[in-house]
Amino acid sequence: MSDTPVRDAPAQSRASAKKELPEHFRDYKHVWVFIEQERGEVHPVSWELLGAGRKLADKLGVELAGVVLGGPGEATQHAVSEAFRYGADLAYLVEDPILTDYRNEPYSKALTQLVNTHKPEILLLGATTLGRDLAGSVATTLLTGLTADCTELAVDADGSLAATRPTFGGSLLCTIYTLNYRPQMATVRPRQMPMPARQEDRTGRIVSFKAELDEESIVTKILRFIPDRDSAKSNLAFADVVVAGGLGLQSAENFQLVKGLASVLGAEFGGSRPLVQKGWIGSDRQIGQTGKTIRPKLYIAAGISGAIQHRVGVEGADMIVAINTDKNAPIFDFAHVGIVTDAIRLLPALTEAFRRRLSPHGRDRLAG
Amino acid sequence: MIDEKFDAIVIGAGMAGNAAAHTMASRGLKVLQLERGEYPGSKNVQGGILYAEMLEKIIPNFREEAPLERHLVEQRFWMMTDRSHTALQYRSDDFNEEKPNRYTIIRSQFDRWFSRETQAQGAIVISETTVTQLVSDAYGKVIGVATDRRGGTIFADVVVIAEGVNGLLGTRAGLRDTPKAEHVALAVKEMHFLPREVIEARFNLRGDEGVVIEAAGTISKGMTGMGFVYTNKESISVGMGCLVSDFAGGSETPYGLLEAFKNHPSIKPLLEGSEVKEYAAHLIPEGGYNTIPELFGDGWVVVGDAAQLNNAIHREGSNLAMTSGRLAAEAIFQVKSRREPMTKQNLALYKKLLDDSFVMKDLKKYKDMPALLHTQAKNYFLSYPTLVSNAMENFLRVDGTPKIEKEKASLRAFIRERSWTGLFGDAVRFARAWR
Amino acid sequence: MKILVCIKQVPDSAQIRVHPVTNTIMRQGVPTIINPYDLFSLEEALRLRDKFGGEVTVLTMGPPMASDSLRKALAIGADRAILLTDRSFAGSDTLATTYALAQAVRKIQEVYGPQDIIFAGKQTIDGDTAQVGPGVAKRLDILQLTYVSKIESCEPVAREIIVERRAEGGVQVLKTKLPCLITMLEGSNEIRRGTIDDSLRAARAEIVTWSAKDAGIADLTKCGLKGSPTIVKKVFAPTPRSERAAFIEPGKTASESADGIIGAIFARKSSLEEDMAKLASGS
Repeated sequence: MSDTPVRDAPAQSRASAKKELPEHFRDYKHVWVFIEQERGEVHPVSWELLGAGRKLADKLGVELAGVVLGGPGEATQHAVSEAFRYGADLAYLVEDPILTDYRNEPYSKALTQLVNTHKPEILLLGATTLGRDLAGSVATTLLTGLTADCTELAVDADGSLAATRPTFGGSLLCTIYTLNYRPQMATVRPRQMPMPARQEDRTGRIVSFKAELDEESIVTKILRFIPDRDSAKSNLAFADVVVAGGLGLQSAENFQLVKGLASVLGAEFGGSRPLVQKGWIGSDRQIGQTGKTIRPKLYIAAGISGAIQHRVGVEGADMIVAINTDKNAPIFDFAHVGIVTDAIRLLPALTEAFRRRLSPHGRDRLAG
Repeated sequence: MIDEKFDAIVIGAGMAGNAAAHTMASRGLKVLQLERGEYPGSKNVQGGILYAEMLEKIIPNFREEAPLERHLVEQRFWMMTDRSHTALQYRSDDFNEEKPNRYTIIRSQFDRWFSRETQAQGAIVISETTVTQLVSDAYGKVIGVATDRRGGTIFADVVVIAEGVNGLLGTRAGLRDTPKAEHVALAVKEMHFLPREVIEARFNLRGDEGVVIEAAGTISKGMTGMGFVYTNKESISVGMGCLVSDFAGGSETPYGLLEAFKNHPSIKPLLEGSEVKEYAAHLIPEGGYNTIPELFGDGWVVVGDAAQLNNAIHREGSNLAMTSGRLAAEAIFQVKSRREPMTKQNLALYKKLLDDSFVMKDLKKYKDMPALLHTQAKNYFLSYPTLVSNAMENFLRVDGTPKIEKEKASLRAFIRERSWTGLFGDAVRFARAWR
Repeated sequence: MKILVCIKQVPDSAQIRVHPVTNTIMRQGVPTIINPYDLFSLEEALRLRDKFGGEVTVLTMGPPMASDSLRKALAIGADRAILLTDRSFAGSDTLATTYALAQAVRKIQEVYGPQDIIFAGKQTIDGDTAQVGPGVAKRLDILQLTYVSKIESCEPVAREIIVERRAEGGVQVLKTKLPCLITMLEGSNEIRRGTIDDSLRAARAEIVTWSAKDAGIADLTKCGLKGSPTIVKKVFAPTPRSERAAFIEPGKTASESADGIIGAIFARKSSLEEDMAKLASGS
């Protein structure tokens, strides 16, 4: 159980865009999902990944495993049982006081030891700050391929993982393979994949693993944790209704109209990347490829052109309503409802109209 | 305060600035060039046409490496009404020569190449740096500049002001007045992407041949202005501009005019299926000879658009800019070779060189045109185009009306609109201004 | 202190367009910039140097024209710039890149002395993977601290550093030892403008250029396409949704348009109305 790679990765000739899996990788099997837990809570992206992982495992005819690292205790146990409820067939459990809070050294050591011992063919992690910090170290230690921020995961006819992600600033998509190395690693951003159904009664088997960790030799120490002030947090990623504005609003002042509509709707508000660059909104409210991915029931986009970088962040919305003065704006290619008009003039009227319609009196009037 | 002193500081890395910096550096002068944009060319907008002759005088073999789009073989002058255009078109295979005379270019790429050439000659070019003021000594002689970067004044024997049409620095230093709204045009332009083959088919071109369309008429809604279409290798530049004073006085917007221009039945098919790649807007000096400010002083010279050296009638600006930059540089070099100071008296050589060149001669020739076009705008941009268009349609439409009646009707229309004296007067005024 | 900053020159992705017919990237004329995330790391490095004395070296792996970015970094205030360029690097994925970079870092330490901190950008705007920082740290076997929002304290002599690191829902305060690799969070500092002196120095600077051989990279099979476990097999434009938006005609007044939109929304999904009413009332 070491954390060095099993063998040197084979050289790859320019011509071999073909699958020629070296002998020692042929017994790598099953799909693993890293279950990210911190301070007693599991990051929901882990469940989304179990949903995606389930589809991959079914196609390959293999098992789906959740990988739980953490300190001993209820939180870790809970993570394991939830993993089963969201679809895992088995759970690898690495319990150690040293793993109580995330630090790169012990986590990457433990995870690479686990991988070298139990050999998954696919390993998925959430593209969160923790996930990205961990994935890069682990992939480099294992000398394998890692594809980040995937928007789509699929399995090819020959059993290879096809990971699709935006490229060239998001203008295009590309599909990337790790043909001849194992495990094939990928990270996926939160809210990119749909949340799978949770089955209360589902369970699975637990495989415990003892990692070789020694606190003495771990250099980085955690001094303390400072939680964010609640008021500062936005719940954009999980909001049911989101209103967003883009450059079409022309000024920071006009952006207040977006906030006004959001306030009346009880919705979250956000904006496209240029608005962050202009300082109209903070980066935590950026929606899009390099910002947050959202999956609301209703998304209203005011003055947003709908370039691909924005599109990948909102495509999962159930209903997209777009307001733009340019009838050829790309947003109308993927919005469900569109109107070609000036958002600056429409937003106040829309706010008022929604207020009337959604107020208790308004609805009674309609019903009656 | 930094330790070293330069022979010359050039403010601006557009056509005039690069021409000046390149010429001086290639003659061994120690040159510092300061550009406020992110990179040379980032703030420059042009249709745009490169005039080979003038660039050859600076970089003789520029054709080898300069990013050039198409060489022009055809020019179309369109007089437009809302639904028609009457054209004067010239195309010649003679323009398919070994060293073509005019090319379309894309400024952001061209300027960056020009700047690299300038740096290769030894000039130091610093971008993202705005010169905030000219620094003078107790006698009022310009001895250097201050910028928006920490580090104080940078000293030089002479400052070449190539700051462009806005001329803020010059105005602030009291070297010139703020350009008047009727002496400056605001032009907006879009680049439309189209595959090569489509451009070649639509404009009847082979290889790297190119076409220019210059249009005027009712498209500027009675204001003094014009539109253009230039073919690049894989895109088309289309734009429109009018005098700022005209925009200020009315309800039209530059982009509104451009939209209408793009949708004109003669223009729309040319842009069909294209993807808009870039928007840009820029000011263009239009006042001509009568608005040229003081061009030189103790320790400074002004070149290019900052000196209002733009021949609006022929839409020639970049060649005047380049030439003025080069001549300023030559003058400075001569003064330096004689080991003399850069006084106003010595720098007068620059103006002399300019006067002897086509730059001043052309500007002098057309000095009355800007005013004429402005005061007679309704005639030139509304009445005449409409009259001509109607006359042409009348001429071409075969509807059983006897030809003699058609001719009479057309002539009557002209006379009714302008009267005999008006027509005569227009002709005389125009001829005078043209000469 | 000796500090190294790894930067990357990237196309300004905001300006990249896709050829509508051939579906390829139109890179022609797209200006290149220093990867914006790298600038925050560079600024932090310069602040440490200003505080403790020493030198900041900037390293990039890229084509010859990546020297433009190195000059920009010098103009911001870095002391030395090194370009690692070699045709055998072409087609490198992150694993191959970290192999070459790590070796270059070893060479830098050999020639210029051990580096106390190595900074890298959080991620690039053209790759977005955020893997190179951690990858380089792993190969050099040094500690990594990513998503750092603040360096609370640094003791070069005691070889200790305390940082604040962004985590889910809050900030971890971590203490570790030098040498370490740090990636800074965007917005963690304000990037300085270089002085005129910096600009002049940058314009005249000799950029140290290393080929794979100069950097001591022995095994070329670990570089470029050969050394890349991941392969891009397909590049394509996203397919438009089969259905374009259903357009609502704007009314004569904004109010009319608003009603039209709301009508359309609830006509498509009537259950939304109740959900939204609940949300609006705060229940």
